[in-house]
Amino acid sequence: MMNVNLDPLFQKPTVVVIGNGMVGYKFCEKLLAKTAAFKLVVFGEEPRPAYDRVHLSEYFNGKTADDLSMASLDWYREKGITLHLGETIQEINRETKTIHSLNGITQSYDYLVLATGSSAFVPDVPGVEKNGVFVYRTIEDLEMIEAYARTARKGAVLGGGLLGLEAAKALIDLGLEETHVVEFATRLMPRQIDSAGSNMLFNKLQALGLKVHLNKNTRTISGEDKIKGLEFTDGSSLDVDMLVISAGIRPRDELAKLAGLETGTRGGVVVNEKMQTSDKSIFAIGECALYNGMIYGLVAPGYEMAEVVATQLCAAGEREFRGYDMSTKLKLIGVDVASFGDPFVSEPDSRAIVFEDSHKGVYKRINISNCGKYLLGGVLIGDANAYNILLQTVNNKIVLPPNPEDLILGARGGEAQAGAGVMSLPDEALICSCESVTKGMICSAVTEDGVTTVDGMKKCCKAGTGCGGCIPLVKDLINETLKANGTYIKNVVCEHFDHSRQELFDLLKINDIHTYDEALDQFGKGDGCELCKPTIASILASLWNDVIVKQQPIQDSNDRFLANIQKGGTYSVVPRIPGGEITPDKLMVIGSVAKKYGLYTKITGGQRIDMFGAHLSDLPAIWEELIAAGFESGHAYGKALRTVKSCVGSTWCRFGLHDSVSFAIEVEERYRGIRAPHKIKGGVSGCIRECAEAQSKDFGIIATEKGWNLYVGGNGGSKPQHAQLLAADIDKETCIKYLDRYLMFYIKTADALTRTATWLNKMEGGMSYLKNVIINDSLGINDELEREMQSLINNYKCEWKEVVDSPELRKRFVHFVNAPQEKDPNAKFEPMREQVKAREW
Amino acid sequence: MLVLEVESSVEWMFVCYTEDVPENGGACVKVGEEQIAIFNFSRRGAWYATQNLCPHKQQMVLARGMIGSTGDTCEPKVACPFHKKTFSLLSGECLSGDEYQIKTYPVKVVEDRVYLGLEKGQ
Repeated sequence: MMNVNLDPLFQKPTVVVIGNGMVGYKFCEKLLAKTAAFKLVVFGEEPRPAYDRVHLSEYFNGKTADDLSMASLDWYREKGITLHLGETIQEINRETKTIHSLNGITQSYDYLVLATGSSAFVPDVPGVEKNGVFVYRTIEDLEMIEAYARTARKGAVLGGGLLGLEAAKALIDLGLEETHVVEFATRLMPRQIDSAGSNMLFNKLQALGLKVHLNKNTRTISGEDKIKGLEFTDGSSLDVDMLVISAGIRPRDELAKLAGLETGTRGGVVVNEKMQTSDKSIFAIGECALYNGMIYGLVAPGYEMAEVVATQLCAAGEREFRGYDMSTKLKLIGVDVASFGDPFVSEPDSRAIVFEDSHKGVYKRINISNCGKYLLGGVLIGDANAYNILLQTVNNKIVLPPNPEDLILGARGGEAQAGAGVMSLPDEALICSCESVTKGMICSAVTEDGVTTVDGMKKCCKAGTGCGGCIPLVKDLINETLKANGTYIKNVVCEHFDHSRQELFDLLKINDIHTYDEALDQFGKGDGCELCKPTIASILASLWNDVIVKQQPIQDSNDRFLANIQKGGTYSVVPRIPGGEITPDKLMVIGSVAKKYGLYTKITGGQRIDMFGAHLSDLPAIWEELIAAGFESGHAYGKALRTVKSCVGSTWCRFGLHDSVSFAIEVEERYRGIRAPHKIKGGVSGCIRECAEAQSKDFGIIATEKGWNLYVGGNGGSKPQHAQLLAADIDKETCIKYLDRYLMFYIKTADALTRTATWLNKMEGGMSYLKNVIINDSLGINDELEREMQSLINNYKCEWKEVVDSPELRKRFVHFVNAPQEKDPNAKFEPMREQVKAREW
Repeated sequence: MLVLEVESSVEWMFVCYTEDVPENGGACVKVGEEQIAIFNFSRRGAWYATQNLCPHKQQMVLARGMIGSTGDTCEPKVACPFHKKTFSLLSGECLSGDEYQIKTYPVKVVEDRVYLGLEKGQ
């Protein structure tokens, strides 16, 4: 036990932390959560406070330094921490218990914590000092790489380990034409995965355009002042404009060495299980600490070390570091890679079950004990969905099922239930290793504190706030615990209807209900509201595809006037331009209409043209002109099919395999006007280059040598998600048949305002279940789905034509019913770049 | 009694015909320079009127909102089409948790004519 004097008159003992990285920061957070008995002084070498280095490569995907920050300067201030940034410590004086910085600061300590981390290991190759050679470690490194990459065409990464592949991803994201990876060993990621896994990863990365060179020993970096290329000892060479060195890490132990602390021969400050160095008042944590001959280069063990030191300092009980599970899962250039437990153990000490699919680039290996009862470890490449549950199975020594191959192949034949396995974990199972949260803690947060969401859990016990890898598991645990507690949250539409959208859909269909009032009389109560009205309006449209303006007051804001309401109360108008194909004549019509009515024009993301600033009373006249020129409604205002985006395809493009534009037009015209729980977007690409970005759509069709691949459930927007492959190499007719079934199944079963991606994410059994329904007709409903879709298609009418042709309906499109000629004087515009914009509200 | 009192303090102005306002929906009328939203709550056989301006973003749109009711008392309400702020058609109070208040007006219908009760002198 350490003596800590709590007398307020007594000066608090000082804890000095050298290093403000993730682990150094976490130590401050953990210590302050336990006690206020210390004065904390932190020295950081970098110019900014601690940031998330694990997600560093996301800096190139648009995350800013602020997004990555662990805590703001205000946080340090509020907590009373003295934080020195940009201060390098040059000496520790153990006699006087003081440290000295390069800029002349002297600070005394009672306890010193070294959290100096590591630096990039730069091998001794001639030419590493040349311009265009970088390491990949800090935000400053990334800024320099980014700036240099603007003038570079070809880049290489030296090192084919985990960090090297991360760096390669960064170069790809920066838009280099060619990215190479040069590895000294004969395979990729030799420390984490077995050689069969390495091979699979190699093939998969090559197929994605990364050029990997194995077994290459770099002799020299050529070029005058700046790098021109790499020359290898086997006589070969590679021309590159820039090089990122990622050949491993080197613990920052120079201060410790200078102070006479014991360090390892290959680097690292030697610590015992209490994280004490050879000087009892100096601790080392994170990547600079050498425990039991090992450097722990992951963040979770670093956090555990921080916890060990914080616990000891406040004498809150015994906690010792006992080594750490180095299991890891990541996505490298879009490929899942995971290794857990002991990935390398092999016969005669264990048996292995291996699944290999070189077509899809999936490799899975699990090592099981000779008795067949326990899982020892394994490797997953290409598909790591099972990682969390496999890791739990290893760590908690859960007895394996009779057919352990099910763990990597999925239960075949039986009803597979996603997430069902989590409840079998013991309470002490560590779910979030970054924050040391167990299954028991999560379940009791649900049961005792009423937490029902992942966000709530993050606030309650911090689970999932570190690397985020455990979030799916946390979500499953929350849901399963809720279920186990008998909490059934009925998903009702609103206070007026005690039914879910899906139930209402069936009720209205079976009872042949065609109006909102009938629905409310038979199945609801009260007078309805802004939630149930549009939901039922959407269901009625999806059931009967009648013209929606006949029941105008129940339609949502945009549907009510068949246009999108914008700032100032004017509307925007979007005619349908199927597949984004338009004739010069039609373009001129749009131009002249926009000019006549003073509309602002802009190309939309869905390959059509939006005209903004139309007064309510001008809408029918605008559409009259558009319809006369052959346009029809684009349904940009509806929860309905929007556009089917296409690339130009084989008619012009030298890479195009099939005519993507014609197919996109056919599909868009097939589903135009069909209303759904939310908007639906589609895309058709003529080849694998995917210029139509079809995989970000609710459905995406991509040409292959043999036909078309159909992807479903993609999403752009705030939570982008790639669509998943539903069927490969199918012909057009099959593709349309599957689309009919998929869309109708979505329309019938999704909750209101749920996009296909969320619907699919929530579906029990997920994609495999959907495939079974759509392709194998496991529910026996496909005939019905196709029939229903066909009836919607047959009932299609351009609703704007209906309005334009009906004086009765046209009458509703006025701002003042008692002064129909007058426009709203409050709708005002301001000039901008030769057009207008709405006045700011 | 109450009705009489109200009637005595207002002047009734003919603003539109019943068919100008869709059933269970609203429409906007111009009274001088003022914009007033009139709601034909045919499900309850009632008519309501409020200012057309939604106080949230100062938009002249309440007449284009969806109407309905809430709670055990079936308080009639309108939802702004922009951000779905809801207001009581009886008291003008904002029902979705903000501190807004909108003006309401008495309405009467005689045969097919809709009259708004405006304070005298307006």
